[in-house]
Amino acid sequence: MKQALEKIELLAKAELEKITDAEQLEAFRIRFLGKKGELTSVLKQMAGLSAEERPIVGQIANRVRGGIEAELAEKAAQLKAETAARRLREERLDVTLPGKAPRLGKAHPMDSVMHEIEDIFIGMGFDIVEGPEVEYDYYNFEALNIPADHPARDTQDTFFITDNILLRSQTSSVQVHVMEDRKPPIRILSPGRVYRSDAIDATHSPIFHQIECLVVDKGITMANLVGTLDTVMKRLYGEECKIRLRPHHFPFTEPSAEVDILCFNCGGKGCAMCKGEGYVELLGAGMVHPKVLANCGIDPNEYSGFAFGLGLERVTMGKYGINDLRLLYENDLRFLGQF
Amino acid sequence: MDLSMKWLSDYVKIDVPVKQFCYDLTMTGSKVEGYKTEGEDIDRVVVGKLLSVVPHENSDHLVVCQVDVGAAEPIQIVTGASNVKAGDTVPVALDGSTLPGGVHIKKGKLRGVESNGMLCSLGELGLTKHDFPYAIEDGIFIIQEDCKIGEDIRSAIGLEDTSVEFEITSNRPDCLSVIGLAREAAATYALPFNPPAPKYTGVAGDINEKLKVVIENNQLCKRYIGGMVRNVKIAPSPRWLRERLRASGVRPINNLVDITNYVMLEYGQPMHAFDARFIVGNEIHVRNAKAGETITTLDGTVRELSPEMLVIADTEKPVAVAGVMGGEYSGIMGDTVDVIFESAAFDGASVRRTSKKLGMRTDSSARFEKGLDPAGCLPAILRAFELVEMLGCGEVLNTYIDCGGEPKKREPVKFDPDWINSFLGTDIPEKDMITYLERLGFEVRKGDPLGLIDGKVIAPSFRVDIECEADIAEEVARFYGYNNIVGQPLTGVANASLSDRQKLRRKLESACIALGLTQIETFSFISPKYYDKIKLPADSKLRNSVTITNPLGEDTSVMRTTVLPSMCETLARNYNYRNTEAALFELGTEYLPTEPDKLPNEPDRLSIGMYGNGADFFTIKGIVEEIFAAVSVDNVEYSAAGADCGFDEASMFHPGRVAVAEVGGKPIAILGEMHPDVAEVYGFGTRVYCAKINAAELLEYAGAERTYKPLPKYPAATRDISLVCDDELPVARIEKLIAGAVGNVLEKIRLFDVYKGEQIAGGKKSVAFSIVMRSADCTLTDEQADAAMKRIRKALESVGAEVR
Repeated sequence: MKQALEKIELLAKAELEKITDAEQLEAFRIRFLGKKGELTSVLKQMAGLSAEERPIVGQIANRVRGGIEAELAEKAAQLKAETAARRLREERLDVTLPGKAPRLGKAHPMDSVMHEIEDIFIGMGFDIVEGPEVEYDYYNFEALNIPADHPARDTQDTFFITDNILLRSQTSSVQVHVMEDRKPPIRILSPGRVYRSDAIDATHSPIFHQIECLVVDKGITMANLVGTLDTVMKRLYGEECKIRLRPHHFPFTEPSAEVDILCFNCGGKGCAMCKGEGYVELLGAGMVHPKVLANCGIDPNEYSGFAFGLGLERVTMGKYGINDLRLLYENDLRFLGQF
Repeated sequence: MDLSMKWLSDYVKIDVPVKQFCYDLTMTGSKVEGYKTEGEDIDRVVVGKLLSVVPHENSDHLVVCQVDVGAAEPIQIVTGASNVKAGDTVPVALDGSTLPGGVHIKKGKLRGVESNGMLCSLGELGLTKHDFPYAIEDGIFIIQEDCKIGEDIRSAIGLEDTSVEFEITSNRPDCLSVIGLAREAAATYALPFNPPAPKYTGVAGDINEKLKVVIENNQLCKRYIGGMVRNVKIAPSPRWLRERLRASGVRPINNLVDITNYVMLEYGQPMHAFDARFIVGNEIHVRNAKAGETITTLDGTVRELSPEMLVIADTEKPVAVAGVMGGEYSGIMGDTVDVIFESAAFDGASVRRTSKKLGMRTDSSARFEKGLDPAGCLPAILRAFELVEMLGCGEVLNTYIDCGGEPKKREPVKFDPDWINSFLGTDIPEKDMITYLERLGFEVRKGDPLGLIDGKVIAPSFRVDIECEADIAEEVARFYGYNNIVGQPLTGVANASLSDRQKLRRKLESACIALGLTQIETFSFISPKYYDKIKLPADSKLRNSVTITNPLGEDTSVMRTTVLPSMCETLARNYNYRNTEAALFELGTEYLPTEPDKLPNEPDRLSIGMYGNGADFFTIKGIVEEIFAAVSVDNVEYSAAGADCGFDEASMFHPGRVAVAEVGGKPIAILGEMHPDVAEVYGFGTRVYCAKINAAELLEYAGAERTYKPLPKYPAATRDISLVCDDELPVARIEKLIAGAVGNVLEKIRLFDVYKGEQIAGGKKSVAFSIVMRSADCTLTDEQADAAMKRIRKALESVGAEVR
């Protein structure tokens, strides 16, 4: 019996050597250690042994079992390590193959810029206010010191619905609504669509967006206008951005200015983008005309204010280097997908 | 306004390069658009004298000329022109020269004979007969000017002026003149400004014996000065005058007409010259047109006049539309003998209305409509008299008629340097302010230093734009320098946040982008034909749009009452661009008419459109569901949409694949697959899915911020159920029955299979759900779950469903 056990021990050792996978290992375990396994069947004969032999054989049997178990465990660990290594080896990928991205939606570049500008102004304490696009003549012109037959109307070719109703040609119309509805201090930003009878080309569109800014309070100065413009443009374009004001005329502001920004493209040296000027025209601005304040029921002797209107398309085009305004309204995914 | 720099130098001596001049004037408020130096595109063209002209040996059409160009030896040039002879002075383009239009001239051989350049015509120099009336157009320009052989052609014929183009704003008609710009330039550089003081001698004679002037409407005509020139000699103007007109972009015509144009350019005051023969009754009436009157204007067009228009009339008929254009027979002709000069001040608004109504915009009307100074009438006509005498083209009568007379001085405006500084946020000394203002011709009266008497400033009469203190502040600011104002940040505390509407819009945008939709921006106006393209019913209220009376074209003539056609167009454009898939959204506006003469409503609308990438009805429905979830709108119910679903656009959808979403019984969205007919109209070769959500109305339902619900403490009991029912029975109905049957322990019903086809009888479908039940207070027992399933079975059997 002792020999039988030792034979099993040797056999098991030899068999274990040949094992190469988990399946064989399990068969081995059943063959040698299972309930009907070789070792068990030997041990079943223990009952027939004498009292002296039984502990001795028992000891051998335990040693043999323990040995096989230990080797089995070792073999199992070795096989597992080999399997894992093989799997890693086999699963190697060509990591230069393209990725599989879920489809990502994109904001329209104008809306991204609009929100960016809105957020800058919210940070400076401006409410965002909207007004109607189809508007009464009064709000778009009359109250803004542009009476009927005023030549300034020519600079804004207007779409009319009736004699008295039009598509607003400027977001300045919202100034009037706001000043009628609120008491100073007023700090508002009003973004929205405006309409002018210009045929569409690379730089013109019958529909475009303006962002109107209005501040009315006691003691508002032109220096505040300059300071605010400077802050906003630096937030929008970076600290190195530089603005320049040129005297101009708008019927609803006095003094009035056109505001240029140092050309992004050439940094002021002069290039095709700025037509050699070094600066690019950005917006119109000025101190709210006393007549406009009075038209809206605000006493110009007590309050003053400034206003400016920014062209969203122009800012967007400058920011992303877009050279044709039509792209913004064509909505070609090959264009929109770039942002 | 094109300004001749030579002309300008009559009144102010500018000593800076033209580029600097343009910049400096722009920065003090006279914006320069650009400048152009005459003859800058001409190079190596000189004056030559033809020594001999002999026929070409190999050609009947060509001649061979020996030309003295001021060099040691004459040069030989072959020309095809027939108007040249020995002794003529001509422009010669030498070998290697450049002509306007980028033409380069090189020496070569013409039919075997060497030619070392080209003799030039007027046209080849970029000129016309108006510049040199004695020259012919189809031949070599035979120069009759006093010039030296070999001299550069540009100096020889006066092509040296630089003209600077100004963009003059509508408030500064005084700057539509050489004098006005000279004043601005002088103030910019603090240089002396020498305005002209016209003088004329005249011949004795009482104008009142020759002419009567009556202003019948003194609201629309503040002043009318009439003068007379007798025995005029109509001829071309002298070269210096023609050159100045040319540099100012005005075509020379004849001396009398040129004088009126010259004065208009110099003073900004339009003038008119009438042939006295055609002023019937020798009377000028400045009056409103009579109903039914017509006039044939100088351009030969018959114009119908209406009673609000102001005309210049004789005793019988209108002879000019006041401030706009003269009548056909009023103008100067070759045989004109006596001329009446008009220098008048017409009402700006009236001229503007008239010129608009007649569709006739002239240099004159463009100036008048901005409001001209009546005080400007007199110097202008005096200058015209002076020029007539200078040119020797007639006898000026030494009397003239002045109806209306000198206007009153302008009302003074308060001058308060402290206020100006507090308004501008500057610290400009009072004396500097006074200097700036006086340079511009303002009269300044300082206030009492104790503040007992206000300071006053009186604007010159031509500064029609100056009305209030803010205007004075602007004058000070522009000469102090806008860019010398040091920026100051706003002070004080202000609260700001987005409105609820704006917050909702931003949430919707974020949700759409997160769902893989790309944002588009489309035009708010569309073609009325778009309504047909989406098969909108003929009687749909959506066909009633806010209509533009002066659209750019039919394509952009009505304000859209539905955002869906814009989405369809955009999808179709992308499809045509061969973009294989698209998933788009627009947060746009609809314009819904209300009452006549009232503004429309402008509600926010969210439109969604997609094709490709396996999109189907349930893709777009899933997107719509997620959008509602993103803005916390719960309890949305979907049902098949019919024509009366609340959206007239139902017409554009596949009738079996369109749903309306309702909240609280109100339709809030429509979604579905595009009708095949509509898809065909747009040219799609694929299925297209669209949706529209009434975003504005969502504001009413959009739930408050979500609140946290505790995570479950007890396990859920999940049971699957499979049933066969009529195909017509909507799944939503089954789900409702299940929900009712389970009661408040229901956590979720998840549909996991719908099957039609083999093994299922015709007209039936198999549907399978997973039902998750959970109690917040205890673990549900199997008995409880089984009891719930029993109730479900019963409920389902009531609608004829067979549970398997």
